[in-house]
Amino acid sequence: MERIPILKMGRFLLVTIQVDMHDRLALALQDDLTARITETGARGVLIDISALEMVDSFIGRMIANIAAMARILDAQTVVTGMQPAVAITLVELGLDLPGVRTALTVERGMLLLRAVLHAAGELDQPSAADEGLDAGPAD
Amino acid sequence: MPVQRTDALAVRSASDVVAVRQLVRTRAQEAGFNLVDQTRIVTAASELARNTLDYGGGGRATIELLTEPGRTGLRMLFEDEGPGIPDIELALRDGYTTGHGLGLGLGGARRLMNDLRIESRPGKGTRVDAVRWR
Ligand SMILES: Nc1ncnc2c1ncn2[C@@H]1O[C@H](COP(=O)(O)OP(=O)(O)OP(=O)(O)O)[C@@H](O)[C@H]1O
Ligand SMILES: [Mg+2]
Repeated sequence: MERIPILKMGRFLLVTIQVDMHDRLALALQDDLTARITETGARGVLIDISALEMVDSFIGRMIANIAAMARILDAQTVVTGMQPAVAITLVELGLDLPGVRTALTVERGMLLLRAVLHAAGELDQPSAADEGLDAGPAD
Repeated sequence: MPVQRTDALAVRSASDVVAVRQLVRTRAQEAGFNLVDQTRIVTAASELARNTLDYGGGGRATIELLTEPGRTGLRMLFEDEGPGIPDIELALRDGYTTGHGLGLGLGGARRLMNDLRIESRPGKGTRVDAVRWR
């Protein structure tokens, strides 16, 4: 069965959603992410949806479920790259994503995660292992 | 009103829902809807197609490009022969679900389209007719 790859970047996991997701793929991703968070002790999950041209209640629910389950496993979730048209439509649809932070790009999402963990006193110094995607200078 | 073009698609599987979304996107582009409107229409189509599949036991979608003097629209018809919706007002309410959903599909689709009508007869099926004008 087709699956969405999960990339490990330091203490974070990155999922890039590119395909027009059907239901089974979305459910498999939820399961895979739960397993990977447990396995790696990841503290953050980045879900990049910049390639998605729409988010309906099904995908919205999947994102909310991932965030809820990540929180239980002590990891924060950031959704990155939401297109403006998608954001407008989500609001009109009536979907809000409690506990889900958003950032414009994956890079900013990583900075945000680091800031959140830092504020919680859990990331004293930016770890080299977290720098994977950053082209620019570290925070 | 004159119908310029009609497409009919089966809604029997999750990949059919994807196919409905793709066709609706293409037609909305052809009709000249801007990106935000396209996204609204495609999102509504996704919600309604999924309901047809999940609650109606499958059915079909008919997508029509409408032209009237001075305006263009897109109409989506979703029909099934499933159990029907006993209380339509209740079903439209945000948060109401008989499944495991968020209960946002019908109410959300109504907000995303200009006009949405539901006809349903218990035991006979459901028909949702939604239009958005450009
Ligand atoms: N085609 C249909 N046939 C029978 N019942 C339907 C149909 N469409 C919707 N319903 C009923 O209306 C309820 C509300 O539908 P709605 O799409 O708003 O929410 P949902 O599908 O339950 O959740 P969500 O769409 O947020 O995932 C459904 O739970 C179901 O009981
Ligand atoms: Mg629904």
